[in-house]
Formats: sequence, C-alpha cells, structure tokens
Amino acid sequence: MLTALLILWPALAALLVLLVKGQGAKKVAFGAALVELVLGVWAWINFAPNASTQFLLNEPWIADAGIMFKVGMDGISLLMVLLTVFLVPLIILSTFKHNYEKPSSFYALILFMQTGLVGVFTALDAFVFYFFWEVALIPIYFIAGMWGGENRVRVTFKFFIYTVFGSLFMLAAFVYLYFQTPGAHSSEEVAFYQLILDAGTQSWLFWFLFIAFAIKMPVFPFHTWQPDTYSEAPAAGTMLLSGIMLKMGIYGVLRWLLPVVPLGVSQWSTVVMVLAIIGIIYGAIIAIRQQDMKRLVAFSSVSHVGLIAAGLFTLNEHGLQGAMVQMLSHGVNVVGMFFIIDIIQSRIGTREIAAMGGITQNTPFLSVCFLVLLLGTVALPLTNGFVGEFLLLMGVYQYNNWMGAIAGLTIILGAVYMLRMFQRVMFGEQNDITRGFTDLTFTEKAVLVPLVVMVFWIGLHPNTFLSLSEPSVLKLLDVIKR
Amino acid sequence: MTSIILLSIFGILNLFVGFMKSKRVLMPVVLLFLAVALGATLLDWNQPKSYFSNMLSTDNFSVGFTAVMVLSTLFILPFSRRYVINENANLAEYYSLLLFALVGGIMMVTYENLLVLFLGIEIMSISMYIMAGSDKRNILSNEASMKYFLMGSFFTGIILFGVALLYGATGAFYLTDIADAAIRMEPGTAPLLLMGLLLVLVGITFKIGAAPFHFWTPDVYEGTPTVFTSYMSTVVKTAGIAAFYKLMSAAFGGVYDQWFPTVVAITVLTLIIGNIGAVTQTSMKRMLAYSSISHAGYLMIALTSFNDRSENAILFYSLAYGVATIAAFGVLKYVADERGSDEYTSFNGLGKTNPLLAFAMTVAMLSLAGIPLTGGFFGKLFLFSAALEKDLLWLIVVAVLMSAVGIYYYFRVIIAMYMKEPAGDRISVDPLATFTLISLVVLTVLMGVMPGLFSNLL
Repeated sequence: MLTALLILWPALAALLVLLVKGQGAKKVAFGAALVELVLGVWAWINFAPNASTQFLLNEPWIADAGIMFKVGMDGISLLMVLLTVFLVPLIILSTFKHNYEKPSSFYALILFMQTGLVGVFTALDAFVFYFFWEVALIPIYFIAGMWGGENRVRVTFKFFIYTVFGSLFMLAAFVYLYFQTPGAHSSEEVAFYQLILDAGTQSWLFWFLFIAFAIKMPVFPFHTWQPDTYSEAPAAGTMLLSGIMLKMGIYGVLRWLLPVVPLGVSQWSTVVMVLAIIGIIYGAIIAIRQQDMKRLVAFSSVSHVGLIAAGLFTLNEHGLQGAMVQMLSHGVNVVGMFFIIDIIQSRIGTREIAAMGGITQNTPFLSVCFLVLLLGTVALPLTNGFVGEFLLLMGVYQYNNWMGAIAGLTIILGAVYMLRMFQRVMFGEQNDITRGFTDLTFTEKAVLVPLVVMVFWIGLHPNTFLSLSEPSVLKLLDVIKR
Repeated sequence: MTSIILLSIFGILNLFVGFMKSKRVLMPVVLLFLAVALGATLLDWNQPKSYFSNMLSTDNFSVGFTAVMVLSTLFILPFSRRYVINENANLAEYYSLLLFALVGGIMMVTYENLLVLFLGIEIMSISMYIMAGSDKRNILSNEASMKYFLMGSFFTGIILFGVALLYGATGAFYLTDIADAAIRMEPGTAPLLLMGLLLVLVGITFKIGAAPFHFWTPDVYEGTPTVFTSYMSTVVKTAGIAAFYKLMSAAFGGVYDQWFPTVVAITVLTLIIGNIGAVTQTSMKRMLAYSSISHAGYLMIALTSFNDRSENAILFYSLAYGVATIAAFGVLKYVADERGSDEYTSFNGLGKTNPLLAFAMTVAMLSLAGIPLTGGFFGKLFLFSAALEKDLLWLIVVAVLMSAVGIYYYFRVIIAMYMKEPAGDRISVDPLATFTLISLVVLTVLMGVMPGLFSNLL
C-alpha cells in the first residue's frame, strides 16, 4: 500500500498544483514533495533489511492477459526511491528564485515526473515498468522543451525521439519474453527471472533491452543527445535528468537486463565494458576542453556513468554495490553542481568559464559548498564519490586488470577538469563581471546544505546505504548465475 | 439488426425534421437518434441471432464494432455545429446520409453472406461520395468527391467481380459454405477461388485505405469538409477492417497459409508508406490522412497474425484510434476555421491561447503515437502481442521502427502548440464541443490507465 501511495501522491499533488494560480504553485509543490519525502523515510524506517520485496501491491491490471499491477520495494528499489524523494524537493526549492512562466504547469510536470520515476523504481511487472518508464519521459520533454534555452525545440525533440526509439525495442523484447513464459503468460519480474532461453535468443534480446537503457544512461556511443539536452534544459530539468532520470537506465540494467538474459550478458559484456570504458575516457577528455560550465559537467556525467555501467557488467558484488552507492553519490553531486552553475548563471548571466574569476573572495559559503561537491565528484577519500568509485574500480579490476587500470584514469582526468574549472571560476583576480557577486541566500543554503551533508554521510558511513542494498544485490547475483 | 432498422427509419425521419425552420433542432435530434441506436445495439450483447435466412447475424463481434461506430458518430457530430450556423442549406440531408452510411457500416460487420457485404459497402460508399463533395462551392471538395467516386466505384466493381468468381469457384455466397468449400478444394489447385479472394481483398484494401491502394486518401481527406473526413477515417475504416477480418476469419480462416504472404506484404507496405508519407507533410489534414493509412497498417498486423488475440486487439485499437482521431480532427476544425489554414503553423502557440484545445490535441497525438497513459499505447501493445504470439518478430521490428517515425510527425504538432509564439487570438469553442473534447480525452486516458476494462470484450 505504501508503495502505491508513494506512486500516486505526486500525481495527485500535480493535479492540485495545476489549480493554483501564480507563483504560489512552487510552495504547494514543495510542500507536496516534502510529504513524499516523509513517506519515503517512513518506508525506510519500516523496511526490514533483508532480500525480500516489501510493501508489495499486486492487483490485476489487464486481468485476462495475466498482467498485474505489481509494485513493491527491495533494498535496490528503496535506495532509488529514497534518492528520488530526497532530490525532488531540493530541485523544486532550487527553482524558487526563478519566476517561470505558467508556474503551475511547470511544477505539476515535475511532480508528475516523480510519479513516473517512483513507478519505474518499484515496478515488478515488465509492462508496469515500461508504462512508468514513458510516463517519466513525457513531463521532462515538456519541461525541457517549454522552459529551456534557445535551441530547446530541436534539442529536446532529438532527445525524445532517441529515447522513445530505444524504449520501443525494449517493449518488443518484453512482449517477446512475455510469450516465452509458460502456461497462461505472465509479465512479472519473477516469471522473467525463471525463463530459460537459449543463448542465440538471449543474444538479440540483450541488444533490444540494452539499447533502451544505454540511451537513457547514456553509454558511449548513444550519448549524443545528452550534452545538448543538459545544456538547453532549464536548471531544474537538467537536475531531474542527470540526478534521477539517468539512474532509470542503470536501474533498468540491474533489474531487467542482467537477471533476465544472463547468457546474453555473458556474450556481450566485454563489448559493453569496452564501450563503457571508452565513454569514461572520451567524456573526460571532452570535458577538459569545455568552456561552458554546464557542458563540462554534462560530459563529466558521461564519464562517471561509463564507470557505473562498467561496474554493472562486472557481475561481481563490488561492481554492483559500487554502482548502487555511486548512483546515490552521482545523484547528489551532479544536482549540486548543476545548482551551483545555475546560481552563478543567474548572478552574472553567463556560464563561460573564461569570463569568470575570483568569485571566492565575496562568497565563502558558496565556495565551501562548491568545493565539497567538487571533491565528492573527483572522489576524494572521505567523500561520497570515493566510496562508489573505489568499489567500482575494484569490481572492474577483478573482471579484468587492464580494464581496471584504464578505468582508473577517470580519477586523474576527473581531477584535471574539475579542479581546472574551480580554479578558473573561483580563484584568480576578480573582474568586472564577478565583482558584485553575492553569497548564498537562505533558500540556496537550504538546498546546498542537505547535499553537502549527504556527501559526507555517504563518504564517512556508506554502510547506512550499502547494508540496505546488499542482501538484494546478492540475491540478484544468484539469479544472474542461475 | 435492430440498429439497422432504427437508423434507416431515423434517417428518413430526419429528412422531415429538415423541413422545420430552425436548423438548430437538427443536431439534438440526430444525437438522440444515435443514442437510441447505441442503446438498441448494446441490448444484443451476448444474444447471438441471425436474420433473413442467416444473411445477417448479430454476435458480440458485430455488436462491439457497431457500438464503436455509433459511438464515434456520436462524438463526431458535435463538431459540425459550425455548419448549423453557416448558410449550409442541406444539413438535414447530410445528417441523414451519415445515418445511412452508418447503416451500411453495420451491415459490413453483421454480414454472413457476401451479397450483404457488397450491399453494406455500397450503402456506405455512396453516402461518403456525396459527403466528400458537400462543401459544394469549394473546388477541392468537388475534386475530392469526384476522385473518391470514380475510384471508389471502380474498386466496388472489383469487389463484385471477386464475389462472382468466388461464387463460381464454390457455388456459395455464405461465408460458412465458402469456408467449407475452400478447405475441401485445396486452394493451391483452385485458381478461380484464389483470384476471387484476391480481388475482394484488393477492393477492401482500397476501402480501408491500405497501400498500395491508398493513393486517393490524402487528396480526398484534404478536400472533404473536416467533420466528414473525421467520419471517413474512423467509422469507415472501422467498418472496413472489421469486415475484412470477418471475411478472412469466417470464410478463409482455414486457408491462412494461402493468403498470408499477400496480406503481410500489404501490411508492411502500408506501414512504411503511411508513416514515411506523413513525415514530409506540412498540412495537418494531409498528415492525418497519411497517419490514417499507417493505422490501417497497424490494424492489419492483427489480421496478419490471425489468432485468438486478433479480434480483441482490433476492437481495442479501433476504439482508441477512433477516439484520438476524432479529437484531433475536432481541434483541427476549430483551428483551421479560425486561422484560415490547416498547416502546422496555424497551430503555433495554441497552448497559450487555448490550453484546452491544445491539451486535447496533445493527448490525441500521444495516443496516435502510442505513448503510455493513453489508449493508443495499449492498442499497439495488444497488436504487437497478437503478432508475437505468431512469432512474427520481423514484422514487429518494422512496426516499431515505423512507430518511431510516427512520433516525429505527431510531435511536430505538439511542438508548434507549446513551443512557438501564438499565430492568432483565442479561438472560441462552443460548450458542446468542449464537453465532447473533454469526454474524448477522458476516454483516451481511461483506456490508457485501465485497459483491462476494454481489452477482452469479445
């Protein structure tokens, strides 16, 4: 029941927000997101830390076809839901300084997207998963397309076509799998896990499923929509895309690819690993050359996601647990980075790194927050990034030493582009543009402080989160190695 | 059957109502007629009967499709209000023709005898020829009517020729007798039977606007007054595909292997031509014409796969497609009338000036594109399921690729509405049409959220 409430509440709240006229909508939306956060924390408190699926709801949906509306949470789902309910209120709060046109639609779309996201992370039936997968996409398309920058129409259109194209193949694969289930067919997760298909079938099914997830994450070479979309979308849209939506792809691999077509995975994992590692290096090198802060972080995201993807396909515990914790860390860090970029842009009207300098001098608070998040991103020990990247690299190293060594370059390259950006933007001489820069306002602090706290929490005591997902991850590995 | 009789009488009655001075009374009367006919249709649910020495028979299949057609007509009519206000003199006749066309459509889904099928097609087509030309001062409308009439009657002739050959081969007009004969005589050795089947198939393919006999669709759709275009692309198409399915299942189900290659070729061709053709259009109305071709292709996927899922899949898809198409044509009509053109550009900024129209159009486009939360998604899902149960994976790959193409042209409208500056002022919409649009949106979303309600009726 609690899961259903977590899914339904944002949608209901979205309808409520639509009725609010004017800028009051943002406060109502923030309130609604806080309620959702409370629900999420409530689920966390009542969650028994074992591998079982909890808060299960199993109602007939298309009864005669054996398709159930089945949702529930195990440790993996719970972590993703927690990430969602934690970030969405912060993302809403981060927009308080903007006065968007048609605010009620804007905030209703954000909440509506949250319904889709929570649905994706809790779905236990393939068609329910696909349903929410697309439900999450429609709002972000409108958010980016209606409130974005100059090239928004072209860029978001490309993004939309690209992702839908991928997911249609996933749908075809799901329907195919559905017909492979014995008896009166079923599309439940457990039914898919029990399938024994021959290697040839799994081989093409793998690509049908993987292409959808690879586009969403995005893994090199399916990433071409991503930097443009990130830089054209409004700040809140970029945060939703990078902070949460990208995790849909990773989660999809974890839940609907690895355990469903294990033989396909073992055939193709080397190819995917190589692509992912190319992505790590490629994203990092391009990030070094970027002049626009938002594009820089966008490419760094390609790089980081490459490492997570590589970790997934190692199929060992370190890789998967590393992916879990890195999903949380990346969500926290990237949302923080994009928010800081938004703060800078709204103060001085540009994101050009070359135009800035000396911002630290007026802004102690901003500088500290920026530095903490940045160090989290470059995986300094004691921060969240370290835990995730360390586990991931260990996993990749176990899979193949050379791959581990090359993937390890991400830490060095990450430090290069991030510190270079920080140095040029924050240090140095003040110029005319940055002279009047003011420090954080109260709402900005209210967004950044929880993020900074999370950086240290995950960095210092990752077990809070690792222990949640560990039983489920081990169970998943058993299914994969069946 | 009751609905055939009722609608025929209503059609004649309606002509007399047309003698009254006030044209405003016409629409409520016709809506009432249709509601009564819908009620009478639904009374036959689960009560199979046959009439006229078994030339017609009602079963759940026919009731389901009749209900979809009557319901579609009910939804289409409110958008014809403009005609009531304008000087159009022959309104009663047009409404009567709509009712008569509906009678033809119902005959096309209740037939047990090929002659009745032919009669149904003729009754429906002749009404449509006239309606295509009902905007008689508009040269495009005249052209549409002429094209439709010339080609339509040609293809009706082909159907009749096919029926004659089938009679020659099997000695029967009844579907069941033909089915027996077809299995008995091993069609591979009976060229007359195959030829007859092919000709009938070609004729019906023309009527539902499937490739390669689709070429009339864009021109005719464009010239025909929008309300009647909407009728053509929903009611006529539903009747056509249901008749097609009934023919193939009841008479030729036993010789599936013989007709499968032809039908699958038509399906693939239709999907590709419809979707690729729609991409290059700049006029919304022509785009919807090509989109209707592509949806004929999707519907034919169920026909091609021909199994126990097909019937329900076709019914669900027809309803979802019909509802979305009517909403799209409804909004198009208001926009085109007000802004003087049916190009995409006239939709610019509709989201700002008319949020409701824009929202209805968005839901319709999402449904036609097959995005979840709308009926169109589950329609496609059920069609794909039917095909995959027959292991037609390659066909699904084609359909999936074409769906991705579809998203491109459907979203161009959404982009115009929400991401461009307004092309004109607010468009005023009368309350009845507003109410209808809201109902269409609600029905589309209902089908998209609780598909179980509609998915296993037959």
